Amino acid sequence: MGLLRTRKYSKRNQYLISTLLILLTVFMCFISVGVIGYRAVALILLLVVSLNAILFDIFPVLLSALLSALIWDFLFIPPTLTLHIGTPEDGLMFLMYFVIASINAVLTYKIREVERKKRDEEEKEKAIKLYNTLLNSLSHELRTPISTIIGAIDTIKDNQTKLSDNNRYELYSEIEIAGYRLNRQVENLLSMSRLEAGFIKPKKDWCDLNELVFAAIKDNKDERNCHKIEFNPNENLPLFKLDSGLIEQMLHNLIHNSIQHTPKGSIIKIEIGNSEANCTIQVSDNGKGFPANEIDFVFDKFYRLNNTSTGGTGLGLSIVKGFTEAMNGTVYLENLPQGGAMFTIEIPCEFSRNTDLENE
Amino acid sequence: MNKADVLVIDDESQIRKLLQISLESNDYNVIQASTGKEGLILSANHPPDLILLDIGLPDKSGHEILKEFREWYNNPIIILSVQDNEADIVSALDNGATDYLIKPFRTGELLARIRSAIRRSQNIENNTTITCGDIKIDLVARIIKRKEETIKLTSTEYNLLALFAKNEGKVLTHQFILKEIWGYSYQTETQYLRVFVGSLRKKLEENPNNPQHIITESGVGYRFQ
Repeated sequence: MGLLRTRKYSKRNQYLISTLLILLTVFMCFISVGVIGYRAVALILLLVVSLNAILFDIFPVLLSALLSALIWDFLFIPPTLTLHIGTPEDGLMFLMYFVIASINAVLTYKIREVERKKRDEEEKEKAIKLYNTLLNSLSHELRTPISTIIGAIDTIKDNQTKLSDNNRYELYSEIEIAGYRLNRQVENLLSMSRLEAGFIKPKKDWCDLNELVFAAIKDNKDERNCHKIEFNPNENLPLFKLDSGLIEQMLHNLIHNSIQHTPKGSIIKIEIGNSEANCTIQVSDNGKGFPANEIDFVFDKFYRLNNTSTGGTGLGLSIVKGFTEAMNGTVYLENLPQGGAMFTIEIPCEFSRNTDLENE
Repeated sequence: MNKADVLVIDDESQIRKLLQISLESNDYNVIQASTGKEGLILSANHPPDLILLDIGLPDKSGHEILKEFREWYNNPIIILSVQDNEADIVSALDNGATDYLIKPFRTGELLARIRSAIRRSQNIENNTTITCGDIKIDLVARIIKRKEETIKLTSTEYNLLALFAKNEGKVLTHQFILKEIWGYSYQTETQYLRVFVGSLRKKLEENPNNPQHIITESGVGYRFQ
C-alpha cells in the first residue's frame, strides 16, 4: 500500500516523468520489435501505464494512456508511420488497449482516494484524542486549585470558631498557593495562544542575562525548597540584544520543569555563555533524564511523559520552544551520560562589550 | 479626620470590594467608581489624595482617563494593569501615572506603593540627605555611605544614583533615565543603563545578584528603594 501513497511529485514532474517513461519504453520496444512482435509491445506499454497509475495522479496517467495508444498505432501497427489501422483485429486491439489503460488509471485513482479518506479520518481521530487529553489535563490543572480555594473558603466560613489558628493559617496558605498556580496556568495558556496566533513579536533590547537568570530563580523560590539551584554568574558575559520578557519566561519554565520532574534534593544547574553569534543557555539536572523514545516529543504541545504523576499542562516546554523559535533560535534536549537531562538553547543575537563606556 | 482619600476606579466590583476592605482596614478612606466618567465626576467635587486606576476600563481607555485627570489633578495616580503590557505601562508612566501594579498583586505591595506615593507627593521640600536602608546619600557634599563606609562613585554613577535617590520608591522608565543622565539623543541606548546599573549595584548592594535597592522593573525601568 505504501506505493499507492507516493504523492511527493509536483504536478509538472508527474506529467514529465510519466511521459518520459512511455517514451523510453517506446524506444526500447522500437529496437526490439523485430523479435517480440508489435502486439507484445501493446502489453509492455500497458504495463508501463499501470506503473504510472500506481505512482501518479489520474490526469498524467490518462495522458500517458492516450499518448502510448497513439504512439503504438503510429509506430507499430502496420502500416507504420501513419495513424491508419490496417486490419479490424488491430482496430479492436487499439480500442481495447485504450479502454484497459484508462480503466487502470481510474481504478487505481479510486483506490488511492479511499486510502486517503481513511488516513484523514485516522488523523482526525488522533486530533480528537489529543484534544481530549488536553481538556483532561487542562481541566485537572485548573480545577485542582479552584477546588482548593472553594473548599478552603467553605471550611473557614463554616467553622468560624472551631478552627485552630494554625489550621486556619494553613488553609490561607493553600488558597494562596492555588491562586498562584491558577495565575501561572492562565499565563501559560495566554502565551500559547499568542504563539499559535503568531502574535509573539520579540521586543529586543539590551539585557543582562545574569540578572534574568537570578530573577527566574527567585521567581521559582516557592517551589524550589527541596531542590538546589546552582548558578555562577558569568562575569565576562557581554550584554545581549534579546527580548528579556521572553527569556525570563523561558528560564522560568525550564527551571519549573526541572523542579517538577526531578526527585527532591536534585541539583539544577544553569549555565550561560556566548559563541560567535549566539547566546547560549543551558539548564541541566541530575535527575533520571528522559526516556529515550520520548525525547523527540517533549516539546510538543500538551505532551506529558507517559508515567508522570506530577501536574502540568504540557505547555511549559512547548512555550520554551515557541519563544526560542520566535527569536530564530534553537532548543534541544539530551540525556547526560552521568544521568539527568540538559536543555540547551541557542539564540542568534547582537552583543555589546560596552565595558569601555565612558565612566569618569 | 486626617485619613487619606483613595479613589478606586475599576469596573470589576470584586476588585473594588477587595481594595475597599484592605484599604479601609489600613486607615484609608475609599471612594469607588466603576467607570472613568464616574471617577472624574466624583473627584471633581472632592479631589482624592490618590487614585487607583484600572488601565483597561470599558467606557474609555484608562489612558484617556489618565490624560484627562492629568489636566488638572496633581496627586498620585497608580495604575493597575495586566501582565505582558509593558508598552502600555511605559506609555501610562509617560502620561503622568505615578506608579503601576500588575494584577494579580499582593495587598502588602499595594499598600507600600500607596504609602510611598502619598509620602512623596506631600513631601516635596528639598531633602539634602537621603537615607535608604543602609545607604546614606548626601546630595550637597556628594558623599555616599554604606554602613558608615564611604563609597567611591564615578561622576556618571553618582548622577545616576542621585537621580534614583531623588525619586526614591518611584519607578523610572529607561527612556526617562537615559534622557536625564545622558541627554535626548541617548534615549534608546539602554546598554549604557545596563552597564552603569550593574556597576552601581556592585558598589551599593550587599548581594548585587539579588538587589535590594536598585530594583529592575522588567521591560519598564528601575525603582530605587
